[in-house]
Amino acid sequence: MGNKPPMNDSDSSEVMILEIAERHASRPGPLLPLLHAIQDEMGFIPSRAVPIVAEVLNLSRAEVHGVISFYHLLRETPPGRQILYLCRAEACQAMGARDLERHAKEKLGVDFHETTPDGRYSLEPIYCLGNCACSPAIMIDDFVYGRVTPKRFDMLVKEI
Amino acid sequence: MNKGGTVKVFVPRDTTSRSLGADDVAKAIEGMAASRGNSITLVRNGSRGLYWLEPLIEVEVDGVRYAYGPIASSDVGGLFDANFLSAGDHPFGLGPTEHIPYLAEQDRLTFSRVGIIDPLSLDDYQAHGGYEGLAKAVELECDQIVEIVTESGLRGRGGAAFPTGIKWSTVLSAEGLQKYVTCNADEGDSGTFADRMIMESDPFVLIEGMTIAGIAVGATEGYVYLRTEYPLAIQIMNDAIGIAESAGLLGENVMDSGKTFHLEVREAAGAYICGEETSMLESLEGKRGVIRYRPPLPAIKGLFGAPTIVNNVITLASVPIILARGAKFYQNYGTGRSRGTLTVQLAGNVKRGGLVEIGFGKTLRELLEDFGGGSITGKPIRAVQAGGPLGAYVHPSQFDTPLDYEAFADVGAMIGHGGLVVFDETVDMGEQARFAMEFCAIESCGKCTPCRIGAVRGVEVIDRILGGVDEPGNLVLLRELCDTMVVGSLCALGGMAPFPVLSVMNHFPEDLRARGS
Repeated sequence: MGNKPPMNDSDSSEVMILEIAERHASRPGPLLPLLHAIQDEMGFIPSRAVPIVAEVLNLSRAEVHGVISFYHLLRETPPGRQILYLCRAEACQAMGARDLERHAKEKLGVDFHETTPDGRYSLEPIYCLGNCACSPAIMIDDFVYGRVTPKRFDMLVKEI
Repeated sequence: MNKGGTVKVFVPRDTTSRSLGADDVAKAIEGMAASRGNSITLVRNGSRGLYWLEPLIEVEVDGVRYAYGPIASSDVGGLFDANFLSAGDHPFGLGPTEHIPYLAEQDRLTFSRVGIIDPLSLDDYQAHGGYEGLAKAVELECDQIVEIVTESGLRGRGGAAFPTGIKWSTVLSAEGLQKYVTCNADEGDSGTFADRMIMESDPFVLIEGMTIAGIAVGATEGYVYLRTEYPLAIQIMNDAIGIAESAGLLGENVMDSGKTFHLEVREAAGAYICGEETSMLESLEGKRGVIRYRPPLPAIKGLFGAPTIVNNVITLASVPIILARGAKFYQNYGTGRSRGTLTVQLAGNVKRGGLVEIGFGKTLRELLEDFGGGSITGKPIRAVQAGGPLGAYVHPSQFDTPLDYEAFADVGAMIGHGGLVVFDETVDMGEQARFAMEFCAIESCGKCTPCRIGAVRGVEVIDRILGGVDEPGNLVLLRELCDTMVVGSLCALGGMAPFPVLSVMNHFPEDLRARGS
């Protein structure tokens, strides 16, 4: 049977990060696809990924961290089980997005970039989902919903 | 009824129709057909872009498609009762799809297949004129292709309206062993969805356009820089690229021409600034999306330092029909120096929101009233933001301006990527001005001071005005700040974010003053 000691979570994720980094390293401009791959796998990009990625790509840690922190949709902290993205842009504003934003924050008891204490929902602002003819729009994980009134928001949150 | 035969039923699968329940409708139709013993073929097409009618389903009877919409899954039983499979009458019946005035009055060139075909059926694509443009292009010399694009009058549809042929010609004549074609699919402007529609509803047209661009300038590699906010478009584009590769339409020896063109989707990560071309190139290289100084132009020194075409989705997707039908054909649409068609996107508080592809020259009012039908709330339209978050708020007194790049510029507005966001009289224009600055502060790449600091100060100054602190003094300060940003910023983000603010100051001054006073 296995004579290797079982890896703890942190070890196994470091192996995975290394494997992802090496898989992408030879592509032109590998950093962004690589970071996406880590996030797709883990839900976020943990700080321990930074030195691993930096070493594989021969970059400084500052360069890797700089890229992660630049992009709004790369996360450095674990999300809740579901991420609710609320569109804050103008077409949604024209159809009541400001009210929806207030409602969502109140309903979930969190502000943007926060996760509910039970770990179920993270609330994130987003600037346009391209659903502008049927505003306001929200995205839950990868699925977009249109014409989201506060009432429909409550229904959607209950359903998922 | 097509006795014994199978009836084709179309239920769209684009983001907007799905956001309104199209998947449930598709499931209900399949279930109902099975339980009633009707033989149907369900096609998940793209959307026709008549978004107020989505989910809009169609049934094909004797070669004619009949539309019903908007349909909820709870309506499906009634549709079967009304014999919709034989185009029977139903309260949601719209008659032959092509006769719906909103669609019939458009000039669908770039969008000629959108909503008609199954997005991932190459056969469908080719049966509707797909790959005729590339077939022509592989017979031509590079400079002949560029010449046709130049002659067509096509200008960049991403917003800057730069002549596409001139850009291509620069890349063609630039020295470089490796050249690139990059597609800017980071459609971040609120009120726009034309790029998304192309990618979700007719992805091969973009692939074909990029392949033609590659062959025209001698580029063998292409990238589609596509927003994370469009997960379905990413999936469909990736699938389509795989299909095109298997069919010998991408990769080595494209269409047996001996030419090579590889294409890859690169996912963005939610930074609006990466819609600026040099920032997009930085991002593609795996860096922070900080803009570059120009010159050198990307056409000379772009991706990885090589000569690079950077074009918007609609620009590239317009190329196949130009090659297939000729420069003259395309040129004949439009007005003045704005040739061809514009893809207008009616969004926000509008009764009939959707995509309108039409020759340049119609007035804004015609779009808002004839197509849009006014506001969805039925209240008077108070303002329209044209051209995205950096575009001016257009006042009703300017609604007779024709949709033409130059005519819009003359009234201090811009067409940009063609988005029109409608607001009714309940809008608080002071809040809209504040948001323009707030958005710029959130999205600034931080390279230049007027944008990075100016936008933050802009929010503060507007807050002081709305809060009743030295209103006259702060209004003067706000205008000076706007001037500084316009003149001193390195790129369009800081340079244009003041435009919506200035338009509020100039046309809606009654909203930019102390609250409760």
